[in-house]
Amino acid sequence: MSAAPPLAAGTPRSAARGDETTFAAARLRYVLRLGDTSLVLGQRLGEWVGHAPALEEELALANLALDLVGQARLLLSYAGELEGAGRDEDALAFLRDAPQFFNLTLAEQPNGDFAHTIVRQWLIDSWQLEIYQALALCADTRLAAIAAKAVKETRYHHRFSSGWLTRLGDGTAESRQRVQRSLDDLWALTDELFTPDEVDERASAAGVAPSLAQLEPRWSARIEQELHAATLQRPAAQPYPWHGKRGVHSEHLGHMLAQMQHLQRTYPGARW
Amino acid sequence: MSNDWPLYEVFIRSRAGLEHKHVGSLHAADARMAIEHARDVYTRRLEGVSIWVVRSADIVASDPGEAEALFEPARDKVYRHPTFYAIPDEVKNL
Repeated sequence: MSAAPPLAAGTPRSAARGDETTFAAARLRYVLRLGDTSLVLGQRLGEWVGHAPALEEELALANLALDLVGQARLLLSYAGELEGAGRDEDALAFLRDAPQFFNLTLAEQPNGDFAHTIVRQWLIDSWQLEIYQALALCADTRLAAIAAKAVKETRYHHRFSSGWLTRLGDGTAESRQRVQRSLDDLWALTDELFTPDEVDERASAAGVAPSLAQLEPRWSARIEQELHAATLQRPAAQPYPWHGKRGVHSEHLGHMLAQMQHLQRTYPGARW
Repeated sequence: MSNDWPLYEVFIRSRAGLEHKHVGSLHAADARMAIEHARDVYTRRLEGVSIWVVRSADIVASDPGEAEALFEPARDKVYRHPTFYAIPDEVKNL
């Protein structure tokens, strides 16, 4: 796993090890995807500290970031145990390179202006809401417990981001234009949220993950309703070239990791 | 930016059964945002189970210039304090 080969069901290696190994690999990859998405989004939100438009918003964004980093810690610790190679949450967070990260491409997008951050947040909050609600009932008790905690945080995140979406969309001409532009820019990346690959299908078949096909209509209906309340236009479906879930990232993740991992890379094992 | 936003006063109920207490104020564009900001600013360490916010402009306050007229007359009416009763030793909580 440390070399992060693209995981494909039926490759000779996984076939030789049989079904159980394939499931174990899929579950590990699935947990890493969730953890990396929370970690990367949390790190992005942290970049607002010192730059937010108001003191109160700075605290709000930092609170969201701390929740997300907390989720990442639980998920990456679990991933480290599943992997069984002696890597803990810190090793996974700070000592992997971009191709070994499996976060959603949407999560790594730069903050842009405040509207851009809000749209990114709202799209992912709405996705996490469905995922965590379903995962809280899944067959993997460890994952279910993490999801049950995370879903409470996510409900608040969604309340925050959807409130801002309405406020900006139904606000001034400029705020409306900015938030619609961000929506148009980011929309292509939402394809990845509910397009299952062999990892999702394998985990879902084993009862460890929800069926994305079943969750998509719920997400889509919520998005539709909230865009309507915000008087915003839903963009048309667009082709999607990035696959962060598979370790294929936009240029932005490497830059972000360089900053996030700088200390541990320069002074390995540094603590305070 | 927050200077353009109206000021809200924040009241937190720290536990069920206790009253809401004024804890401070903050800026917000609307009531919903004021609740969210109050949650983020004033309940980060489990300080509360309920939040009230009210626009500062909607609070009607007494005039400090009238303090004498309002409060001085109570000063010489000490008999309003329940301090003139002999309390039997057996009574522990009063």
